[in-house]
Amino acid sequence: MDQKEILSLKKTAANIRKGIIAATSAAGSGHPGGSLSITDVMTYLYFKEMNIDVKQPKKPDRDRFVMSKGHCAPVLYSTLAERGFFPKEDLLTLRKVDSYLEGHPNMHTVPGVDMSTGSLAQGISAAVGMALAGKLDKKDYRVFVGMGDGELEEGQVWEASMAAAHYKLDNMVCFVDYNGLQIDGKITEVMNPEPIADKFVAFGWYVQSIDAHDFEQIHQAVENAKQQKGKPNMIVCHSIKGKGVSFMEGQAGWHGVAPKPEERDRAIAELDEYIASLNA
Amino acid sequence: MVMQNQRKTYGDTLIELGKQNDRIVVLEADLGKSTMTFLFEQEFPDRHFEMGIAEANMVSFAAGLSLTGKIPFVNSFAVFSSGRTFDQIRQSVALGKLNVKIMGSSAGLSDFGDGATHQSVEDIAIMRALPNMTVIAPCDSIETKKAIKAITEYDGPVYVRLCRNDLPNIYPEDNEFVIGKPVVMREGKDITIFAMGAMVYEALVAADKLNEEGISAKVVNVSTLKPFDEEAIKKLSEGVKGIVTVEEHAEIGGLGSAVTYALRGIGTPIETISIGDKFGQSAENYRELLEHYGLTADNIIRKVKGLYK
Repeated sequence: MDQKEILSLKKTAANIRKGIIAATSAAGSGHPGGSLSITDVMTYLYFKEMNIDVKQPKKPDRDRFVMSKGHCAPVLYSTLAERGFFPKEDLLTLRKVDSYLEGHPNMHTVPGVDMSTGSLAQGISAAVGMALAGKLDKKDYRVFVGMGDGELEEGQVWEASMAAAHYKLDNMVCFVDYNGLQIDGKITEVMNPEPIADKFVAFGWYVQSIDAHDFEQIHQAVENAKQQKGKPNMIVCHSIKGKGVSFMEGQAGWHGVAPKPEERDRAIAELDEYIASLNA
Repeated sequence: MVMQNQRKTYGDTLIELGKQNDRIVVLEADLGKSTMTFLFEQEFPDRHFEMGIAEANMVSFAAGLSLTGKIPFVNSFAVFSSGRTFDQIRQSVALGKLNVKIMGSSAGLSDFGDGATHQSVEDIAIMRALPNMTVIAPCDSIETKKAIKAITEYDGPVYVRLCRNDLPNIYPEDNEFVIGKPVVMREGKDITIFAMGAMVYEALVAADKLNEEGISAKVVNVSTLKPFDEEAIKKLSEGVKGIVTVEEHAEIGGLGSAVTYALRGIGTPIETISIGDKFGQSAENYRELLEHYGLTADNIIRKVKGLYK
């Protein structure tokens, strides 16, 4: 990727982060921390990688994305809105009665959402099913999955991982947002899922580890994944919870708490400043 | 009387349907020789997927398959396919109204030897509680075949409960199976007996004996527990002196609950027969367990006579 493209992705990511802040703040609840940590991955997928069509969100041959950590709906919605699936101003209806933007994503009501999620680990299983169907139907589409590191504590993740390797689903690329924090604290203290990469290697996956906030590394990992045959792909994304907003970074407390109006304004101001620096 | 096995009929029917519809895929959790999905596997190895002893993944995986247009049949013993996977059925399948068929094999007390851990006494209750879900308990092999065809044509989540043991064929061959519609198996004017699954046969035996004693009992096969046709249940209860429900299921949330709720306020005396608020247990055979829990024609007769006092 050239520098111009990276610069453009960085700006897009900052705008998506602004959407996350605005939406959760307007809702008065929601999950900004893990949304901000996976924003760069989402930006890369939706603005560089995936074969999708905003005019035909359900076209059969599209690439799919499943947000297995469904509580990170804010980043999914903000990314989809930024990409043009629905108006950005609708983000401010997040979690409101009668809004189609529920606290967790609903595939029947939100254009561009490929699977309803919310109960952890079920998304990756559904993605395995989609990937297997792709093989069965000899289609070229790929299935991308966003997962949390805390989510790895769910046993179903490992059932799904076994199945993906068993059926050699190399059309599947999974991203674990390895920010190290879950609601009750550090993942290593709550229920340690480490070593994460080693576990997926042992389960028969092709595993790469990257800096989740470096577009060049995301790009290389996704390109590498395309070359692999016979194994599902895991990209372990070392990330910072709350990335992009100084007072949210590395704080477990921002897992499921929305910014108050003055915090929202500070966060938006920081992100605007960052965008201005990219423009300069 | 022809005895036939619902599991075997299900396995054969899947093959028949599989020939007509290549969207059908079958998922198995290491019980294929018991659930009889091995029959489909022999015929269509490319559309049968062994998912291992990992039922939770199997259900959410099926949801993913259905989103690509497949019609997945998910198989395990009823106690696992409805209970162990309840959250997966709720979140991945029912909430999105996805076209996944959940098969509950060896349901009720029919896995007599394995005991309480393997006997589903609450599957109907928990599946009925889910919005968007359709719940069916066929009474024999003839109805099983018709029901499997009907649910394949229906676009949405369905739970089907099947008995492990051979059952007498009693369903009218020429009757069209319609999801949601109770079937009058025997006309009668004094008493209405609502039964489901293996209990429909017991109800018919009871009706025969009652007839000899001058009591005319109507027997209704309520094989669809959801959607529940309250109007039909009310109509079939009109003009009788008493009503009895009988089910191989816990007293909470099954047929008895559904019928008494539908008939609230009518004033006609109602008796219910069920396993009660209990788990099952091991036994040497199925009959022994049915007798232990009072799930027999004789007990139905006792309840009917009790209504006359």
